[in-house]
Amino acid sequence: MNLALFIPLLPFLGFLINGLGFRRIPKSLVGLVGTGASLASFAIVLSLFFNFSGEAQTVPLYDWFTVGSLSISFAFQIDQLSLIMMLIITGIGSLIHLYSIGYMHHDEGFGKFFAFLNLFLFFMLLLVMGSNYLIMFIGWEGVGLCSYLLIGFWNQNPNYGYAARKAFVMNRIGDLGFLIGIFLIINQFGSLEFASVFPAAAQLNIGDQSIFWITFCLFIGAMGKSAQIPLYTWLPDAMAGPTPVSALIHAATMVTAGIYMIVRSNILYTLAPDTLHIIAWVALATALLAASIGLFQNDIKKVLAYSTVSQLGYMFLGLGVGAYSSGFFHVMTHAFFKALLFLGAGSVIHAMSDEQDIRYMGGLRKKLPITFLTFLLGTIAISGIPPFAGFFSKDEILAHVFEHSPLMWGLAVFGSMMTAFYMFRLLFLTFFGEFRGTHEQEHHLHESPLTMTLPLMVLAVLSVLGGFLNVPAILGGSAKLDAFLDPIFELSKQANPGAFAGVHLDHSTELTLMGVSVVGAVLSIIAAFVLYVSRNAVPEPDEEITGVKKLIYNKYYVDEIYNAVFVKPIQALSGFFYRVTDQIILNKGGVEGLGNFVKGLSNEFRLLQTGTTSFYVFIMVTGIAAILIYSLRSLIFNA
Amino acid sequence: MLTLILILIPLVLAIVLLGLRGGAVKRVALITSLVEFGLAIYVLSIYKADTSSQFALSYDWIKSAGVQFAIGIDGISVLLVLLSTLLVPLIILSTFNHSYRNPSAFYALILMMQSALVGVFVAKDAFLFYFFFEAALIPIYFIAASWGGENSISVTFKFFLYTIFGSLFMLLGLVYLYLQTPGSHSSLLSAFYELKLSAAQQSVLFWALFIGFAIKMPVFPFHTWQPDTYVESPTPATMLLAGIMLKMGTYGLIRIVLPIVPEGVQEWGLVAVILSVIGIIYGSIIAIQQQDMKRLVAYSSFAHVGLMAAGIFSLTLDGLQGSLIQMLAHGINVVGLFFIIEIIFSRTQSRDLSQLGGITQNSPVLSVFFIIMVLGSVALPLTNGFIGEFLLLKGVFTYNTWIGIVAGTTIIFGAVYMLRMVQKSMFGLQTTATEQFTDLNLNEILVLVPLAFFVFWIGLFPNAFLQLTEPAVAELLRTLK
Repeated sequence: MNLALFIPLLPFLGFLINGLGFRRIPKSLVGLVGTGASLASFAIVLSLFFNFSGEAQTVPLYDWFTVGSLSISFAFQIDQLSLIMMLIITGIGSLIHLYSIGYMHHDEGFGKFFAFLNLFLFFMLLLVMGSNYLIMFIGWEGVGLCSYLLIGFWNQNPNYGYAARKAFVMNRIGDLGFLIGIFLIINQFGSLEFASVFPAAAQLNIGDQSIFWITFCLFIGAMGKSAQIPLYTWLPDAMAGPTPVSALIHAATMVTAGIYMIVRSNILYTLAPDTLHIIAWVALATALLAASIGLFQNDIKKVLAYSTVSQLGYMFLGLGVGAYSSGFFHVMTHAFFKALLFLGAGSVIHAMSDEQDIRYMGGLRKKLPITFLTFLLGTIAISGIPPFAGFFSKDEILAHVFEHSPLMWGLAVFGSMMTAFYMFRLLFLTFFGEFRGTHEQEHHLHESPLTMTLPLMVLAVLSVLGGFLNVPAILGGSAKLDAFLDPIFELSKQANPGAFAGVHLDHSTELTLMGVSVVGAVLSIIAAFVLYVSRNAVPEPDEEITGVKKLIYNKYYVDEIYNAVFVKPIQALSGFFYRVTDQIILNKGGVEGLGNFVKGLSNEFRLLQTGTTSFYVFIMVTGIAAILIYSLRSLIFNA
Repeated sequence: MLTLILILIPLVLAIVLLGLRGGAVKRVALITSLVEFGLAIYVLSIYKADTSSQFALSYDWIKSAGVQFAIGIDGISVLLVLLSTLLVPLIILSTFNHSYRNPSAFYALILMMQSALVGVFVAKDAFLFYFFFEAALIPIYFIAASWGGENSISVTFKFFLYTIFGSLFMLLGLVYLYLQTPGSHSSLLSAFYELKLSAAQQSVLFWALFIGFAIKMPVFPFHTWQPDTYVESPTPATMLLAGIMLKMGTYGLIRIVLPIVPEGVQEWGLVAVILSVIGIIYGSIIAIQQQDMKRLVAYSSFAHVGLMAAGIFSLTLDGLQGSLIQMLAHGINVVGLFFIIEIIFSRTQSRDLSQLGGITQNSPVLSVFFIIMVLGSVALPLTNGFIGEFLLLKGVFTYNTWIGIVAGTTIIFGAVYMLRMVQKSMFGLQTTATEQFTDLNLNEILVLVPLAFFVFWIGLFPNAFLQLTEPAVAELLRTLK
């Protein structure tokens, strides 16, 4: 029995225990089971990680299904990439479980919540542990289910239910792309096992047409799961779920599945430069679009949601320029600081009696010192200020982007300036100035309990120090993460050595680029400070927003456009098909029309009812003969 | 001999039931169907996964005409025998909270229906197949007409005429084939397989046979009898229709159409695939806005069957294997869905989504089972629906890339209409209709637990089922080439 099996199994058992028994199990035990399952799983991952030999290992469980020559095995792959993902999932997952004990304490659905969180871990672990695309697909769809269940967790609110369905359906659009990609892989390689597909692919030439379509279809899947244009609009709405869910699923883990998928398939993407090109531009557009929306949002979670979409854009941008490990590094640091920011936001919302609008906050730093301090560290980290985690990962991406195209680099730096601005705007409006909420809210303000602040502190440490895992050579580091992940990119390197030679820029250029992006971020922070601290500006009420700002505040009306272009026409078509095509044309016109015609005829034919049996037999025989001759006339006359 | 006993048990006990009165009727019916299921499991356990026809039996029926009472179980029929014997006890148990008037006739008809259904799936003679095919219609007609809703008489009559109409074409086709057999004629299907028919003959025969089965499934545009019939029939009849009877159509395509008129299939298969795929999209889009839960599931079932038909005509191993396992999975899921809708109706007197909502607040157990059945229907991986849909879509995709992509939209539409149904019934605020909702009782749980078990069992270990059918399907495809 391999230990790896228990990594997904423990959260699954946690799901079963809390799911079947939550009405009878006391809350304290529910929290213990849920968090314990996650922690135990984390412990096993740690032991695998420290005992890891460097050789990828496959853990087969059983043959899932076999049809003809295609055999899908239920098997796990333990290698550098899956190990890091497992560490993130179970590590941050455990912190968020712990946090939820405090955050969800008063909720009736406490047990259900922990059951769903555990189920999510199970599917997310399958996603990253699977040794073939179909096991990945199980996890892929399974996390979509958990996301649906958790976004709509407070299921009495129909708006939340709508947000949950929107997330599931948009993901399903992406999943169809993924599925088609899977079919194409089977047709091309006859297998879905990474271990057979990748070496076979490496034999093909760069630019191979079939690889283009495979990678393109897989990327459609990634667009859905990782919220890229045009399938991103579900993610901001997904904030309807409880805040720990936003932190775990919609920031740290699930939404990065698309990046994981592409990093996993890096050899395929290396062979498809056209797809990479598409990815880079889609990602850059997403990063800028979402960042611009983030500038004016007033809901604390919505700002973070658009920021997540935007940061995911940066990760894909890294992948798009071929800097797989940089993109992946950003997955990791982002998991630290974005989970921190979301949990911090949760702590604020908790203290504010469920208020989420930053226009009614202000001055919270005195009442929530730990939340403030940790949130500040997270904000600095995401803004790309050295030596915090976000700086290293973002800068690595930007350096590769510059090499690829200075224009893209310029746009990306502009986006990161927007990031620094809206994040500090959020921080200042929430924690600085005077309190702008009601007296009752002010009275209730309190720092969160230790179960909530402890995860904040741990994540804050990671957000500050996480970048040192991969300090580039130019800053005197040894790029540990890059070195660790190196074997994952072995085939890509052989296929296209040029693309993997590392950053070719000379040191002064590289340092200048870093300087520019840091200075940009600092200028943005100063601008935010002047506006929201020195001048004490508070964003205007919704009805006073006008002009371009209104356009952006309303998210460019993309939801409305999708509604008008896709949702409404399909609904109209549904009504038309049902009431007109089905009930009138096919039913009344076709079937009953035939019936009425026959009825009319029968009035005529009634006269033939003579009562003489032999006459009937005669008619019957003639009839059958006539029908047969008519049906088979071509045969008879041609014969 | 075992095959014959599988046909006879329900038939004989149906006659016995007619003589019984009172509470014993239900129980005898249930025990009968459980014994039948037990026997089927025994048969399955000693069934060998190869290409042969097993537990076979053959008597002369009309000796002078070469018509035989020939039955047997092979890879094509094995899962359908399982389906017919698995679902009937659950359908009978599902009626235990409801008292139908004249129960002895009601349950006798259900058992007769089962006998005929098993007969269809094991018949090896064309006329015997036709006999059972029509015989199954009679009990379901009476159940639907006598125990159904207000409009059931006219609706059921339409259904009856419609399918009879289709069957007549099929009969003509079978008679013609019979007349083509050499010597003193034989109506054995195996004799039909041997016929050397010209391409032109095959084209005409293809349509004669296809229309008969297409109406039964139904395939677009022959479906208009279906939603009305499903809605108006009492739920046990709806379950029999959707769970088992429509599979007579898909089964017929594999058993009769593909091997007898392979060139006709080559010639017209594309048209059949296109009609089927139109049905997927058309049915799904209609389902999106339905308010009546039963009608919604009826249209979704129509869409799902379209995919099965398309998979069959893809003439790929994936498509055929997918269709066989999907017949089993769909039967399980659709029976579960109709049962839950019946439970909701019995508690609220409504199936109208605009009047429902918030059921999960009083009935978390019911909502969990409902979601499990929905997940099976929307083909979430690790549920039974995924294996079938994956293989079917792969088959259709291999047949034609673009048609495959269009058919693939079923996974998107399925999520749209199924989750809407979940939202509007289970979630949201309670309504006056659902305020007093009570959770499942033991009987209801006893029906749903086995169904949910099969949803995951087939989803997790599909090989146990796929391997039963693969040799026979591979052999069939080999002979088509």
